[in-house]
Amino acid sequence: MLKSKHFELIRTAAVLLISLLLTFIMISFVSGSPLQTIGIFLYEPISSVSHAGNVVEMAIPLMFTGLALSLLFKMNMFNLGAEGIFYFSALVASAAAIHFSLNGFLHPIVAILLGGIVGALISGIPGFLKAKWNANELVTSLMFNSILYGVGQYILNYKLRDASAFQTASFKFEPTAVLDRIIPGTRIHTGLIIVLVCIVAGHYFMYKTKWGYELRMTGANREFAEYSGIKTGRVILYVHLLAGLIAGIGGSVEVLGMYSRFQWNALPGYGMDGALVAMLAKNNPLAVIGSALFLAYIRVGADMMSRYSDVPSELISIIQAVILLLVSADQFLKFWKNRMLLKEAKMNA
Amino acid sequence: MHDFLAVILTTDFAFSVLRVTTPILFAALGALISNRAGIVNIGLEGIMLTSALLGVLVSAYTGSAWLGLLGAALGGLLIAGLLAFFTLQFKTHLILGGIAINAFASGGTIFVLYMLTGDKGTSSSLASKVLPSVEIPLIEDIPVVGPILSGHHVLTYLSIVAAVAVFVLLKKTPLGLQIRAVGENLHAAESVGVKVKRIQYTALLLSGLFASLGGAYMSMGYLSLFTRNMTAGRGWIALAAESMGRSTTIGTTITSFLFGFAEALSNALQLLKIPAELISTVPYVATILGLVFYSVSMTRKANKLLKKQKGPQA
Repeated sequence: MLKSKHFELIRTAAVLLISLLLTFIMISFVSGSPLQTIGIFLYEPISSVSHAGNVVEMAIPLMFTGLALSLLFKMNMFNLGAEGIFYFSALVASAAAIHFSLNGFLHPIVAILLGGIVGALISGIPGFLKAKWNANELVTSLMFNSILYGVGQYILNYKLRDASAFQTASFKFEPTAVLDRIIPGTRIHTGLIIVLVCIVAGHYFMYKTKWGYELRMTGANREFAEYSGIKTGRVILYVHLLAGLIAGIGGSVEVLGMYSRFQWNALPGYGMDGALVAMLAKNNPLAVIGSALFLAYIRVGADMMSRYSDVPSELISIIQAVILLLVSADQFLKFWKNRMLLKEAKMNA
Repeated sequence: MHDFLAVILTTDFAFSVLRVTTPILFAALGALISNRAGIVNIGLEGIMLTSALLGVLVSAYTGSAWLGLLGAALGGLLIAGLLAFFTLQFKTHLILGGIAINAFASGGTIFVLYMLTGDKGTSSSLASKVLPSVEIPLIEDIPVVGPILSGHHVLTYLSIVAAVAVFVLLKKTPLGLQIRAVGENLHAAESVGVKVKRIQYTALLLSGLFASLGGAYMSMGYLSLFTRNMTAGRGWIALAAESMGRSTTIGTTITSFLFGFAEALSNALQLLKIPAELISTVPYVATILGLVFYSVSMTRKANKLLKKQKGPQA
């Protein structure tokens, strides 16, 4: 029997079901051959090893930003800086990949660590401002996104740009810096291992350590946490540093795993997508894996759909919006939970 | 330095400041009105983008620029209404609702554009209309001032009128008072009989209306067609302007012009080979500094108050 404690799970499933149905309805409206298009959308991502590989490749950056945002959201901080940090750290790692000469083992490690540390330091600024003076972290982090983008474009155009490349792109990375592929037939790279380690560590941190406990307490009620002796300012600072570190590592891993030059001429959007991943996962690090894979699956499906049918892939951002609206809606299906609670109470009485 | 002044001290430059400020000012007024009601509307960017597309589509299919403007405004109201419904009724988190609106708009506009024109980049195949520019009699004949103030797009003038209207609305009308009361303390407002939800709906809808005018300006004035992601972060800039303007109408208007000035400057300075990428970040840095300055002074004030309260009891 369905219990009220399973409510969150049921609701998430309901949201996903509704959004998939909506996808089918929209496809039916715009496609000449709806059934075939839906088939492509659902089946193509798992039709071959290389397509399934695409799903995993796409999920890696989403897991990084989803994890980073889970930590922040769990602390009740709506900091959206992961977007800019992901971009900028990728650029820093690219610079290291271009200019350093190290061996194939050390080079990616150094580049990724550098990107991660820069990300942590940048993220620390809004964290510090919030902790010390209560400056609104949403506004400062959004400003930082724009600043990082401007500075990043400057560095790309004036310091790293390869004039002989066909588009605005950096010089090629040293081959020693590029991450190794780990599964034949796909482009899945060692970044997958890194992100899974980060997620498990994040889970352990959040639920098994004193620091994680402080994080959750601060998120539940900052003033209460402060009264019970938790130095919430310090908590806010270290969680920001940690989230920045993860987003920074994510950007670095993405660029070294999937590209041979730095060629982003706009913010890549993974930071904002991370918000959706975190919400779907209910800010639980381990659940980030599933929600990132789901998002990657429907995205690859949409990509395949635009390639093999008459429906453009942008359809998916409409669906993403619907999922985000519903999954973060506290009151959605709440009446159902209330009814279940009532029933259980009666049975126990 | 001489070159620099030669670029800035021209009537053309002053004219362009007004021109690029228009969409920012509209959106910032939208941010202001919802913020005063206690709702951070970060969906402004998405609302602008949607309205920019709707203006082009409606004007192309009806042949009337004014109907296009109407369509854009209705579209803005619709999206803002949707956001309001989800956040106020379903209790979707405000920030996440805003992100959802932006995601919806960035992909949805391209989706619709592609379905209607087969093009994912621009609406150049549609014969969309542009709203007119207005020469102001008398003023246009004054030297220096004339070429700066006259001959602007009709929505540019409307944006100034809108700023005045918002000022009057917030300061002098019962609705304005209620909006401020709800933003200040929701429960207190409720306890004296203010219909909180209705006020928040109204504020969000007004916010959407202003943002939609900014969007319509982008595709029916600033440019004469829709291009993908054409608002290019102006909705975020508007939030910065509002926050730097300390949520007052006058402050927000001034900072909107400041951001407009910075944008015009970064356009102009490209001629002088000063990296525009770096100059474009100046307004954001200024916003952070302004916010920090404000937060520090607020914290000090609060600490002083705390000490005073504790003093006599101890």
